[in-house]
Amino acid sequence: MTALLYVLLAIVLAVAIWQIASILNLKSAIATEKDNNTQGILFVAFGVFFYGLMVFSFWKYSVILLPEAASVEGERFDNLYLITMLLILFVQAITQFILFFFAFKYRGIKGRKALFYADSHKLEMIWTIIPSVVLAGLVLYGLSVWNDVMDTSDAENPLIVEVYAKQFQWEARYAGDDNELGLANVRNIKGINTMGVDMTDKNALDDVPVRELRLPKGRKVIFKFRSQDVLHSAYMPHFRAQMNCVPGMVTQFAFTPKLTTEEMRANEKTIAKVDGINKIRAEKGEDAYEFDYLLLCNKICGSSHYNMQMKIIVEEEAQFNSWLKDQKTMAQVVQ
Amino acid sequence: MSTHHHKETFITKYVFSTDHKMISKQYLVTGIFMGIIGVLMSMLFRLQIAWPDKSFTIVEAFLGRHQDGGVMTPDMYLALVTIHGTIMVFFVLTAGLSGTFSNLLIPLQIGARDMASGFLNMVSYWLFFLSSVIMLTSLFVEAGPAAAGWTIYPPLSALPQAMPGSGLGMTLWLVSMAIFIASSLLGSLNYIVTVLNLRTVGMKMVRLPLTIWAFFVTAIIGVVSFPVLLSAALLLIFDRSFGTSFFLSDIFIQGEVLHYQGGSPVLFEHLFWFLGHPEVYIVILPAMGIVSEVLAANSRKPIFGYRAMIGSIIAIAFLSTIVWGHHMFVSGMNPFLGSVFTFTTLLIAIPSAVKSFNWLTTMWKGNLQMNTATLFSIGFVSTFITGGLTGLVLGDSALDINVHDTYFVVAHFHLVMGVSAIYGMFAGVYHWFPKMYGRMMNKTLGYWHFWITAVAAYGVFFPMHFVGLAGLPRRYYSNTAFPLFDDVADVNIVITLFAILGGASQIIFLANFFMSIYKGKKAEQNPWRSNTLEWTTPVEHIHGNWPGELPTVHRWAYDYSKPGHDEDFVVQTTPLLDGEEES
Repeated sequence: MTALLYVLLAIVLAVAIWQIASILNLKSAIATEKDNNTQGILFVAFGVFFYGLMVFSFWKYSVILLPEAASVEGERFDNLYLITMLLILFVQAITQFILFFFAFKYRGIKGRKALFYADSHKLEMIWTIIPSVVLAGLVLYGLSVWNDVMDTSDAENPLIVEVYAKQFQWEARYAGDDNELGLANVRNIKGINTMGVDMTDKNALDDVPVRELRLPKGRKVIFKFRSQDVLHSAYMPHFRAQMNCVPGMVTQFAFTPKLTTEEMRANEKTIAKVDGINKIRAEKGEDAYEFDYLLLCNKICGSSHYNMQMKIIVEEEAQFNSWLKDQKTMAQVVQ
Repeated sequence: MSTHHHKETFITKYVFSTDHKMISKQYLVTGIFMGIIGVLMSMLFRLQIAWPDKSFTIVEAFLGRHQDGGVMTPDMYLALVTIHGTIMVFFVLTAGLSGTFSNLLIPLQIGARDMASGFLNMVSYWLFFLSSVIMLTSLFVEAGPAAAGWTIYPPLSALPQAMPGSGLGMTLWLVSMAIFIASSLLGSLNYIVTVLNLRTVGMKMVRLPLTIWAFFVTAIIGVVSFPVLLSAALLLIFDRSFGTSFFLSDIFIQGEVLHYQGGSPVLFEHLFWFLGHPEVYIVILPAMGIVSEVLAANSRKPIFGYRAMIGSIIAIAFLSTIVWGHHMFVSGMNPFLGSVFTFTTLLIAIPSAVKSFNWLTTMWKGNLQMNTATLFSIGFVSTFITGGLTGLVLGDSALDINVHDTYFVVAHFHLVMGVSAIYGMFAGVYHWFPKMYGRMMNKTLGYWHFWITAVAAYGVFFPMHFVGLAGLPRRYYSNTAFPLFDDVADVNIVITLFAILGGASQIIFLANFFMSIYKGKKAEQNPWRSNTLEWTTPVEHIHGNWPGELPTVHRWAYDYSKPGHDEDFVVQTTPLLDGEEES
């Protein structure tokens, strides 16, 4: 019923606008010299707004950005990102300036004839070749970083961890003493064996299932991802890491944690960000927030997609090892 | 006019018309209607994003139990973003943009009496209409419409147990899209055949306006890639309804193991993006064609680098079919494939750069007539550059890892294909309105429309990059579950305010559009003093377009301000002067 009211309201509003617009001079249709002038100047004003918005956004919103990468591989990512971003901003600043400037400078004047200038192979060569060269550089650098991140064949004694996704939570499984994950399939899911680990596989017995992810600093971690129901994506923004979890197959991603949780909390940018967050939380009367690494789901997976998360703790290797030793193995859990 | 060859009834003239000009108007009005719905949906979910803990009882009136107590349910939120994406990409920017202007301009600008097959053209529109009706019907399904994102990745979209929208809502989505694809294919085939066969005497391919080149190549991309989406949709229907396992394997959901084995969701992603990526060029190429034409005519200058423009359209079209994997860098596909797709993707920046610089050079030393269409064209170049540049981040597999599926992507594609294509569409509507309706649109309202839209568009999408770089994933119903994102809330409020401003400013356009149809100033035959053939037809529409013989073409479409001519435009039907060289 109320919907009908709103529809009626909208109709009344439309009629009102119709009436107001009828009063306006509907006859004016083609730009006059005066219009050219006004609109040309407005493009300058828009240019000011445009650059103003850019500067404002960088000034005001830089604090919300992610702090420096917490993984060794992430460093190269940050570097490539910085170079790409500087290039983008440089081209952006120049081309947009030219665009708004031309709109102003060449606004129509009665009686002036435009320059008949249809072609210039020289100019076109310039803006084919320069982007090609710059892009070739970007591609080469990008691919070297990509191969570096994706290729794990030369990792020495990596830690193998399975990250397991389901609507709407994460679980994880360490490979245990033999550093080899036991086989698993959703058909084995039963009771406490929530990840479907195949208990007849001897590699599985020493695996360690956990609900909280801990990682050792300085040791390469190879993640094996599985999902039991729909697509999920394991997104660990602080480590510049992401990989989809696909039902029916195992996907992989690797990185070497560089900063422990404690170290990241002491990072200048993190402190600034956390201060900002806590100011907002204090205003709303909520508890103070302390920084933690997170694993988030980044592939739409259903109603509670927005709240599918797991805390990650990075600590010194010795600390990590003693923690892991205290956890129950699959064999202990299932019995 | 009473020059009709045969008697027409209301039904044959306004409903089941085979006249391309009427069909074009049908596409436009349907597209605008779908656009209103798509934009209204974005207003609703932007409210949710900005104020997740507030209650909006106003919205409850429309969404009912999906907005219980004024608070949107997560499933409704996902449904809204899904249907918003689907409607805007396919129904507005594919059918509404390409359907409208390909239909209007192909026969008129190449000098043909109508499309090669008027009947197929009519069928194409009515299939589009039917698919729109089905898509809108799906909004009223009890469990809600499809909600798995416009990319409908299985298993989420395949299993009704996974989310309520994957029941009847998804079935209707798939049926609607299958019909939509049939419509699009019929249209595209018609465009291709018409351009190849029905050009008038003298209209060589290299004399075609860039609009026609863009529509022509767009139709080819459509014919190549849409059938692949159709097959993906059919296989998904099989998986959903007949128990096959094309995309599904090893699934345990709601306490039971499903029988599916051996399928792969990654296969679906490949099939989907084999259309999905060319689709963004299906959306943007017609807009590029329109902008090229409008900028040249209003700069009173030839389009700069006509042949390079054609070359880059073809290059973009070719490359567009071999870059789809950049949507799948973190899908689990082989990293080597990622390398290949990075390479092909960044290649596309080259023809895009050529086009952008050529537009800028077209304006250089011009005599810019600031009509509303001109403003939208300049706006297009601006948003295309801003949005296109961030493609360098997303197309680079290494960088994509960390921004994939975040708001950075949302900002990127909304600027480069959403806002830009809409600008192209507006430029087209303002420019060819006199051709469609015989009247002019009001320029003052047009100016207001442009400037508010332009400010709002950047106000929405520029700050949105930062939200993405803060690590906030897209399609989150609320970010209150993460204290980490508490400081993003303020930015989201700013974005939503600009979005409401931008959405509301479209009322100015609607008022101007519908009022001008009835009350606008009567148009002259060639109001913008353009060279192209459509302006040589009478203002009142007649069947067959030209009353007498078809025009003969003697030159290309861009002889603006050519030395040796008194006027600053030379219509394509003007024979070359003695000793004049063709450009």
